[in-house]
Amino acid sequence: MVPIAHYLILSALLFAIGTIGVVISRNLIIIFMAIELMLNAANLAIITFSRMNGNIDGHAFVFIVLTVAAAEAAVGLAIIIMIFRNKETINADKYNLLKR
Amino acid sequence: MNQPLYLIPLFPLIGFLLNGLFIGRLPKKLISFIGCASVGLSFIFGVRYFFDLLSLPESGRVMENILFTWIPSGQFNVNIGFLFDPLSAVMVLVVSGVGFIIHVYSIGYMHDDNGYGRFFTYMNLFVFSMLTLVLADNYLLMFVGWEGVGLCSYLLIGFWFEKQSASDAGKKAFIVNRIGDFGFLIGLFIIFWQVGSLNFATVFEKAPQMFLAGGGLITAATLLLFMGATGKSAQIPLYVWLPDAMEGPTPVSALIHAATMVTAGVYMIARSNVLYMMAPVTMAVVAIIGIATAFYAGTIALAQNDIKRVLAYSTISQLGYMFAACGVAAFAAGIFHLMTHAFFKALLFLAAGSVMHGLAGQQDMRYMGGLRRRMPKTFWTFLIATLAIAGIPGFSGFFSKDEILWRTFSSDYGSILIWAVGLLTAGLTAFYMFRLIYLTFYGEERMDSRTKEHIHESPPVMTIPLIILAILSIIGGWVGIPHVLGGGNRFEKFLEPVTNASHHAGEAGPALASATYSSTIELVLMAASVILVLVFIYLAYYVYNKNIAAAGKLRNSFSVIHKLLYGKYFIDEFYGAVIVRPVVNGSLFLWKVFDVIIIDGLLNGLAILIGDMSKGLRPVQSGNMRTYATIFLLGVIAIIGYVLLR
Repeated sequence: MVPIAHYLILSALLFAIGTIGVVISRNLIIIFMAIELMLNAANLAIITFSRMNGNIDGHAFVFIVLTVAAAEAAVGLAIIIMIFRNKETINADKYNLLKR
Repeated sequence: MNQPLYLIPLFPLIGFLLNGLFIGRLPKKLISFIGCASVGLSFIFGVRYFFDLLSLPESGRVMENILFTWIPSGQFNVNIGFLFDPLSAVMVLVVSGVGFIIHVYSIGYMHDDNGYGRFFTYMNLFVFSMLTLVLADNYLLMFVGWEGVGLCSYLLIGFWFEKQSASDAGKKAFIVNRIGDFGFLIGLFIIFWQVGSLNFATVFEKAPQMFLAGGGLITAATLLLFMGATGKSAQIPLYVWLPDAMEGPTPVSALIHAATMVTAGVYMIARSNVLYMMAPVTMAVVAIIGIATAFYAGTIALAQNDIKRVLAYSTISQLGYMFAACGVAAFAAGIFHLMTHAFFKALLFLAAGSVMHGLAGQQDMRYMGGLRRRMPKTFWTFLIATLAIAGIPGFSGFFSKDEILWRTFSSDYGSILIWAVGLLTAGLTAFYMFRLIYLTFYGEERMDSRTKEHIHESPPVMTIPLIILAILSIIGGWVGIPHVLGGGNRFEKFLEPVTNASHHAGEAGPALASATYSSTIELVLMAASVILVLVFIYLAYYVYNKNIAAAGKLRNSFSVIHKLLYGKYFIDEFYGAVIVRPVVNGSLFLWKVFDVIIIDGLLNGLAILIGDMSKGLRPVQSGNMRTYATIFLLGVIAIIGYVLLR
């Protein structure tokens, strides 16, 4: 059986990858996917602790998070499409209207 | 006794609302019906309550009708309440009675005007405000009416607002009245400050204890109230708006600027007689300003050519008489003259309007003449009014004017000088009025031939009001025939509970001293004034009818004086140079220098300063999303690190 620590290490790694993706990527879609990755890393951690404690609550919680994430993905993608229609680019560095 | 007194001002208010809300949508017949019937109903109710009042015992002739508390604010309590005593009764009857007649006349006079509905709307609003003014039971509600009539005066002077001069005249009237109203308000503040109430009954009851008789405060308060009166009633120095107010339609001149609104100041002083009697200095000021205005305006009227302007200056002059009467503590005589003047001056204006109607709007007497035969009804009524204002025995003006002259002579507050100026003014009045008659109705017809064909007598809807007013101009004075002529002076007795209130309150005021003079003197003075008037009428006849060349000769030999009078003493120019110009220049300075440079400069400077300061901070906001994410991440790491390592 895989020890609990491995799950947590995987979760931490996924979260770190997601974070780095958000910080260094210029592509909005990649940033968006990186955020999803961070979200699921957190899900994995919750599931792990739930299993560790033998408690079903964590599972239920993860399902709720997944549902919300699905909705959030729909909204987020819609926003990206609208921005793309206006700016004709998905390069995050070009979105600096506030600067001026 | 508690009668629904609010009904009196209610009807014109309803008329105003009906005509005003459906303006331009009602047929003319309905507009005139609403306009006239509402004022007529007020008159009917006024008469009803008047008889109710007469049925009360003489000392208790007061009816009050308090509707509700208008302003309850700590110690400051003001009611919407109406007071009907002999003084308000006279005013209500004059306002609604004469007002009704003038409304009927307007049906004919304004018939072809585009603003027919608007005219009756304003007129009804005026009557409502005026009735509120005279019925109010406290100073504040009176002030509401006072401002309301001022507003209507402004609206109606500028009724033909497409005409620049008319809209200017409206503004002038409004602004000059503001100056007076400023004084009026300060006067009210002083009264409230000292007495703690603005209710007439309370103020007059408490004033003797709260004010030092003859002291500075009461003098200031009454002088400030009088300042309001000089604005509203066109006395020196604020009279300048009234002659210009003749730009309005003639019924307006008759109703507002002759019969009712301009007498509000006299009413106010008569109402406040308790306060005025406590301030001898103010009394002297009122008397002197009154008689000076009477004489001064009378002289200007001598040289004017515009028929309405002559009447306007005559109005100012007659108002001066009323103030002189108030100034010598003959309040009842002042109100008496107010009433008779309302009859004959309204008639003069309406008849002058009828003349203008017949002459297609011509107002210049130099282009009139010989109208006697073409417009007989107008001529006869005009003549009756002229005889009344000139003070021919038997006509109403004689009794009231002579009462005033006698009081200026005999009262403790009067002096022989005031009487002499008043007497001379009576002569002037006769002269300029008969000059008007001779220039307008006698002599050859001086209008151009097209107008000549147009001349016609006015329709009955205009001449019948003239006839009614003519009858009133004759008999209106018979209610106040003095004792010396065998009358009972019933008018004065009727008003006595109000106008002599300070005696009733047990004050040791000086009694009216008519008893100390014998009736022989009174008769002699009366005869003197009649003879003087007749002499001046003959002079007018000689100069302007018998020997018309004499007029030109007279003008040439006194060319300086004539120029001075014709130019109205150049007071308008004087005010323009001394007051208006500095105010305009001062405002220009405040605008161009103070506002644009200093105020705007301060604000813009502050904005520029803040803008420059923020320039240094602006690089912090890179606008780069990834930078924000990085900083956010570092922040989270720092917080977690802090929590872990704590």
